Amino acid sequence: MKLLKVSGILLLSSSLLFGCANTDKTSKQEGDKETKNTHSMALDGVTKEYREYAIGQIEEFVKATEAFTTAVKNGELDKAKALYGPARMYYERAEPIAEVFGDLDPKIDAREGEVSEAEWGGYHRIEKGLWIENTTKGYETFAEQLMKDVNLLRAKVDTVEVTPDLLITGAVDLLNEVSTSKVTGEEDRYSHTDLYDFAANVEGAEKIYQLLTPALKKKDEQVSKEIQARFDDVYGLLNQHKKGDGYKLYTELTKAQVKELSQAIDALAEPLSQIGIVTEAS
Amino acid sequence: MTNNSNSLDPLIEKRLSRRDILKTAGIGGVGVILGASGLGGILSINESKASTTETNGEVVPFYGKHQSGITTKTQNHVYFVSLDVSTSKKEDLVKLFKNWTNAAALLTKGKAMGELSGNEFLPPKDTGEAAGLSASNLTITFGVGPSLFIKDNQDRFGLKHKKPKELADLPKFPLDALEEDWTGGDLCIQACADDLQVAFHAVRNLIRIARGKATLRWAQTGFQRTKQADPKNETPRNLFGFKDGTVGPDVNSEKQMNQHVWVQPGDGPNWLVNGSYLVVRRIQMFIEVWDRTNLREQENTFGRSRDSGAPLGQKDEFDKLDFNHKKENGEDYIPANSHVRLSHGDGSQQILRRAYSYSNGMDVKTGSFDAGLLFKCFQRTPSKQFIPIQNRLAKMDKLNEYTIHRGSAIFACLPGTKQGGFIGETLFN
Repeated sequence: MKLLKVSGILLLSSSLLFGCANTDKTSKQEGDKETKNTHSMALDGVTKEYREYAIGQIEEFVKATEAFTTAVKNGELDKAKALYGPARMYYERAEPIAEVFGDLDPKIDAREGEVSEAEWGGYHRIEKGLWIENTTKGYETFAEQLMKDVNLLRAKVDTVEVTPDLLITGAVDLLNEVSTSKVTGEEDRYSHTDLYDFAANVEGAEKIYQLLTPALKKKDEQVSKEIQARFDDVYGLLNQHKKGDGYKLYTELTKAQVKELSQAIDALAEPLSQIGIVTEAS
Repeated sequence: MTNNSNSLDPLIEKRLSRRDILKTAGIGGVGVILGASGLGGILSINESKASTTETNGEVVPFYGKHQSGITTKTQNHVYFVSLDVSTSKKEDLVKLFKNWTNAAALLTKGKAMGELSGNEFLPPKDTGEAAGLSASNLTITFGVGPSLFIKDNQDRFGLKHKKPKELADLPKFPLDALEEDWTGGDLCIQACADDLQVAFHAVRNLIRIARGKATLRWAQTGFQRTKQADPKNETPRNLFGFKDGTVGPDVNSEKQMNQHVWVQPGDGPNWLVNGSYLVVRRIQMFIEVWDRTNLREQENTFGRSRDSGAPLGQKDEFDKLDFNHKKENGEDYIPANSHVRLSHGDGSQQILRRAYSYSNGMDVKTGSFDAGLLFKCFQRTPSKQFIPIQNRLAKMDKLNEYTIHRGSAIFACLPGTKQGGFIGETLFN
């Protein structure tokens, strides 16, 4: 299959051998370099497809942010509130890419306390205004700045180099995001729209899984099946919490339901962490 | 690719291809390259590594007629977990027990859960925190709870007809203050070891294997004074300062064990023969209240001398309990509502205790210690052993002023198995 060129994989194995022997620094470095090259070659098709997907999500994110920030600037409080959760989903799906820009991510997505008060802007700053102060007034400039940053993100995304490594670690990282901040209800602490972000992270991880599925099936059909079954479990739970087009507020969930979601993510992320086997020789 | 039903899960066992290069760096930084394929190769490496720990006398055999961790000399620490089964398929459950058996056989020998893969894009198979540590007398004991058989009136895995009558939720005892968070469970794992990190490592890796099939319901660690701190191996003291566990059946007597601990043919369904019932109670102690209780009251509560552990009115810890012994004024030396007297009853009910103290930091509601006893006992017939004893205690025990039962569970600890078999085979086959 064109996704996996055996020759490339052989080079990968030998680079690990060098790393393992750990006697010659130069050969180790050369090995690392080769690893990278062969990977890009081997999973070229997949990384290209993922790049398109991620850019597509960011493009949608630009549009959704446009609508959201316009509502804020126009003083349309209810409309802004309604647009907040769904708009963020595009960003959350593409998080492995969006996060590459260490300077922009905090500007767009920092939660209170993660940056100094003076620097704090972006989605969560406006969220606090909308839900805690119940107003758009005074948040117009934040909306303006957010739009600028998101446009900048769109421009920069074209420069991202999507590597297999980014995909493999990105899939699990998306779920780790869920485990560490969504499950706790810390992400959208004022609006309690955490389930939107939750679902989007899972969808983003699933996209990567789907792209790697043909390669994964060749390696280990069993693991692939297991991952699919666990995705189904998570969606099964998420669907129980749907409300209209969106999701219930996080605060409407019982403690038992939160625990159930959290454990379902763990059950999914464990086999998903095996997708790295696509880099191995067959 | 991983169709071998007797082997570990894809997560811990992976087919080794010829080109796979194993990098074992973790322990001692030795690089080993293995060209052969198959699990046998891995085992043989581990075998040679583990032989040193076995000569240390710190390995408790995992395989046998009975599970270890029941009559095994009590180790310094316990990590106990209760689990909910999340899968609805019996085949998943069987696979889980097979994987657990293989994993437990490795862990109890002080071995890692698998070779370190040469692929840096995969998480390591073993979580690593026990690398280089001895087996520390680790035992891993598995049990099944009543809810595995029937839950919400559902015969979940077609096992309903196999449920022993004795495997029933414990009755509500007077003064019980059970909390859902500390109660029940479909399965249990008791990991005992002389090192808490070794016990934690075992449980962590077993739970990791179970992901997608079972989830944690509750977990509690427990401790005793260590062997190091008590070279004379005296009866351990509980957190009230009293010797705890002086009386009990003799684990070295097969006759007594068969009489009081191991389920015998004819007792109930045959799958549990050579297994045992485990009752767990999480008992919080009101440490602060106890500490302001005068010594006489404390000793009357237990019915024993705090210092020597001797029954009141007697000299030595192991003196036979004499409930007829009276003071000059006609009062009993050992009060009728004392703990030792009520636990003893007429002496016919015996349980094999395996209790540990626990300490969970602070009770956030009250600011007092959340500490107490993780009481565990093994027995052949709960309805004739723990239940009547606890009924007496719950009604009258003076100790009830200072303790409260927060958690409770009962499990049938499965019989042991031979190499090649698996824990649970008698139940699931």
